[in-house]
Amino acid sequence: MLVSYEWLKEYVDLEGISPEDIAEELNRTGIEVEVIYTRDSGVKGVVIGQILSVRPHPDSNHLQICSVHVGQGNPLQIVCGAPNVSPSQRVPVALIGASLPGDIQIKKATIRGVESFGMICSAKELGLPDKVLMKYQTDGILVLDHDAPIGEDIKTYLGMNDQVIELELTPNRSDCLSMIGVAYEVAAIFDRPLRLPEVEIQETFDEGTPVDIILEAEEECPFYAAQVVRNLKIGTSPQWLQNRLISAGVRPINNIVDITNYVMIETGQPLHAFDYDQIHDGEVIVRRARPGEAVVTLDGVTRACDDDTLLITDRKQVLALAGVMGGQSSEVTEQTTTILLESAFFDPAIVRRTSRRLGLRSEASNRFEKGVDPERIIPALSRAVQLLQEIAGGEVASEIYVEEIGDIEDVVIGLRHERLCNLLGIQIDPQEVIHIFRRLRFEVDYEDGIYQVQVPTRRPDINIEEDLIEEVARLYGYDRIPTTLPWGQQLPGSLTREQKLRRIIRHALRDLGMNESVTYSLISSKAGKEIASLDPSAEPIRIAMPMSREHAVLRTSLLPSLIQTAKYNLNHGLNALSLFEMGRTYLTKERKLTNLPRENWQLAGLITGNQNTDFWYQDTSQALNFFHGKGILEALFQRLGVNQVEYREASLIGFHPGRTAEVICDHQVIGVIGQLHPKLERKYQLEETILFEIDLPKLFQHVPEEITYKAITRYPAVTRDLAIVVDEEVQVGKIEKAIRQTAGPLLESITLFDLFQGEQLGEKKKSLAFSLVYRADDRTLTDDEIQVIHEKVIQFLETTFHAKLRH
Amino acid sequence: MRDRLLNLREEAVAAMGAVSDLEDLKKLKVKYLGKKGELTTILRGMGTLSEEERPAIGRLANEIRTYLESMIANKEEELQDLALEQRLKDEKIDVTLPGIRRTPGSLHPLMAVIEQIEDIFIGMGFEVAEGPEVELDLYNFEMLNIGKDHPARDMQDTFYISSEILLRTQTSPVQVRTLQKKEGKVPIRMICPGKVYRRDDDDATHSHQFMQIEGLVVDRRVSMSELNGTLLAFVEKMFGEGTEIRLRPSYFPFTEPSVEVDIFDSDKGWLEILGAGMVHPRVLEKAGYNPERYTGFAFGMGVERIALLKYDIDDIRQFYNNDLRFLHQFQSV
Repeated sequence: MLVSYEWLKEYVDLEGISPEDIAEELNRTGIEVEVIYTRDSGVKGVVIGQILSVRPHPDSNHLQICSVHVGQGNPLQIVCGAPNVSPSQRVPVALIGASLPGDIQIKKATIRGVESFGMICSAKELGLPDKVLMKYQTDGILVLDHDAPIGEDIKTYLGMNDQVIELELTPNRSDCLSMIGVAYEVAAIFDRPLRLPEVEIQETFDEGTPVDIILEAEEECPFYAAQVVRNLKIGTSPQWLQNRLISAGVRPINNIVDITNYVMIETGQPLHAFDYDQIHDGEVIVRRARPGEAVVTLDGVTRACDDDTLLITDRKQVLALAGVMGGQSSEVTEQTTTILLESAFFDPAIVRRTSRRLGLRSEASNRFEKGVDPERIIPALSRAVQLLQEIAGGEVASEIYVEEIGDIEDVVIGLRHERLCNLLGIQIDPQEVIHIFRRLRFEVDYEDGIYQVQVPTRRPDINIEEDLIEEVARLYGYDRIPTTLPWGQQLPGSLTREQKLRRIIRHALRDLGMNESVTYSLISSKAGKEIASLDPSAEPIRIAMPMSREHAVLRTSLLPSLIQTAKYNLNHGLNALSLFEMGRTYLTKERKLTNLPRENWQLAGLITGNQNTDFWYQDTSQALNFFHGKGILEALFQRLGVNQVEYREASLIGFHPGRTAEVICDHQVIGVIGQLHPKLERKYQLEETILFEIDLPKLFQHVPEEITYKAITRYPAVTRDLAIVVDEEVQVGKIEKAIRQTAGPLLESITLFDLFQGEQLGEKKKSLAFSLVYRADDRTLTDDEIQVIHEKVIQFLETTFHAKLRH
Repeated sequence: MRDRLLNLREEAVAAMGAVSDLEDLKKLKVKYLGKKGELTTILRGMGTLSEEERPAIGRLANEIRTYLESMIANKEEELQDLALEQRLKDEKIDVTLPGIRRTPGSLHPLMAVIEQIEDIFIGMGFEVAEGPEVELDLYNFEMLNIGKDHPARDMQDTFYISSEILLRTQTSPVQVRTLQKKEGKVPIRMICPGKVYRRDDDDATHSHQFMQIEGLVVDRRVSMSELNGTLLAFVEKMFGEGTEIRLRPSYFPFTEPSVEVDIFDSDKGWLEILGAGMVHPRVLEKAGYNPERYTGFAFGMGVERIALLKYDIDDIRQFYNNDLRFLHQFQSV
């Protein structure tokens, strides 16, 4: 809502109150002021002049030499290039020494040998935005009304000295979508008197213009008023009216339309003018649309309607989309002389649904969908009729026809003084509360600790006791509310076990050198399909109307986003990356969602590139590979106390078939680690890239709740090395498992310390060297004891894996 | 024999004086003092001496042995010191060469801010709750007093999945879920951090996905002054002691009265950081709490907004680009 200070001053006494004061107090009491601006963007020394004569420039085809009378002194000679300049026009003239927006200074000039003493200005040169101009005013010089006072400062004439206060209204304060509503608010805040416009109408109607209002949709339109005005002369509106509309951000069009807009801004009640001669038999029927019905709206677009559209019709045609936009068939045109003026209450919900469905948001629909003030429907109509008489030569041609369903009931709400004090945590004198209601112009009675408050119809946002408490609080001043801490029973605050574990993981991975990222949950459907989800049966959930293809489905894996992040960083010149993210995936088996999906917390990681490249200490340069990734996971599991993790070869979409493993804990797959498939590496221009993703609830099942200390043994360990040659195909994990099982509980640890392949071993063979540490908790092991176990291990490896012992 | 002993001493002292190497010293020790060394060899001739001479010669021999032993020990120490000195000289490095780096990782600034805020409220006795991001219209709107045709739905453009299922536009539905879960019991003190989604084009100040932290306190006689006090305590912990706050009346369908909270920044003036209010009686009622017996306050803040202010970041997209040059700046968080 744009509020003109000059306009507001008419309705409320603003003596000694500046626009800045108003903005500050509105902000303090609950209406946000976006900005205050003046419509003058730097105009000085521009006056209204009249063009006396125009003659061609001797040295130019398009320039002309004008003689312009500016109210004093001799006429000025001004060279002008605008094609629309002609004698007797009144125009804005920038005199020598004038300044214009954009820091333009007007000096005496010589243009192709002809002296020019000023400049005739276009609307643009005066800084008027196109938004509030008519098409013809945007080309060439700005031609003013023929009675514009010669010599007057253009800023006075165009109302450019006015200050505009822009309000950012919350949806509950639709009462401030009108100048009168704002006046009530400002009067309450500053405790000042109101002076609202008085309406006087000359009643001159006869019997010639009947109107028959039929409300078929009673719930959607419980109140409809109309009046006919004839003998209208369509033309431009007087400058003062245009200026006010421009201040309010509305483009002046013609006097009829301008008056309906003016009254809407003044009162908050949208009005619509129909060409009365286009309405059959003066019939106005308000009803829901029938199947297949369509209407051509004022903008020339054919709008298909459904039965959730409210229409204004006569017996033969649709006249308007109620509350949203008029129809072309009954549009007011240059030829119109008689209009039917409509002022009504339309159900906010149906207006809202229609305007949203058709994408037609107008100043009118914006007001209807928040609910107009029923008490202002007839006064607004009369106010418009008055202006039509004053400005457009109109004559009243009918009584005010009114159809209404039911009565407007007074809203009276009880407010308990004790409740007021308790809820706000303040002590306040009842006299102060009563005074606040008086300032708001709410009638109030106070008795036995209860205020009975009658809420005016202009404030539909106030329905319950708490609404009144807010009204009192905001005028009492939120800055006067004390600060105390909750006094009730105290509780120890805490994180849940899962929340704690997620924090441990976040910090552990950070300490392992990884960078946490946060990415979007919505990804492209294509990227989602490129790589396997931990839940293979998950159906991606689609957004009904995605904003873009990049953000169309909810992710079932965190990996696609990490791959994007890696690509982004590599494109920006980084070469080593180590990223992780914890977030939810959205899992459902339903193709069309009817139940909420399972939201599963997952951890994903990505590493790629070369650590410490080109560093003086050569040994540290490493291309990151699968085992770096696995090492991170192993360290993390160790940090969480999760032992017994196994890795099983796996083939999954998007992963390198020979370099991918499922992560298994107690026979349950809890995640995956592997290299990104080289095809995808090429597509995203990534080097060798290792990914992992872990299902956190599953992992957490294996995190021990408690740690029990095991006494440190005082008996020595015995270390035996074991070197064997096996087929290349044999997995080290299987050998280790076999060794552990065969050796039994005396084997404390097993470490692979050498792995090599070479010609001397034979083709497709590999040599493995393990270091085995044996220890007993209760005695020193003897060589013989160990020898027995060690022999058993060797024998098992020989028979199971055809291992050959190396010496 | 006496002369031979004295000669031996003289010779040994001279030899040791010339030694510059630990190995040579060891050899000398064997030569003079060893089992088959020269001193032993001389003493073997003791048998030829008279009864009178023997004690004196024996004494002298022992004296010489002790003397030579201590001399060797001293020499040994001296040579060891020399050797160490040489080693230290040889091992000298350029301490200004760069270290072999272990690059620290980083927490995402949004997550770091969330942890900080969680800790502040945990300290004030709050629990941390969670709720679904894919939510029912019922919880995201209806139960929060925002009916299907409520104009407040315009304030938040919504990603719908079906007519009843949507991506939550706010963390406020967790208020309702918490109330329902508590089944009428008090006190309730919870915060809920989480992702929310709105149909906004991504630009410097808008993001179709962002994070909020919701808060809810319900008990007997909870007042707005407690809301004021709780938020002031939070702001002082988050932005420093003495940070001022200002409450301004505002509007949310699920609180009444509603407030916007600003903090004062000496460079930028008053900055809006969160919305709050007293829980609307209809919200309490719908979730099974009698608003005559219980009152409460709720608040919601944008995590990005807090992080932007705290770290002076100028573009919300930075949080979601995950540019390492950005993330690395939060290594010390």
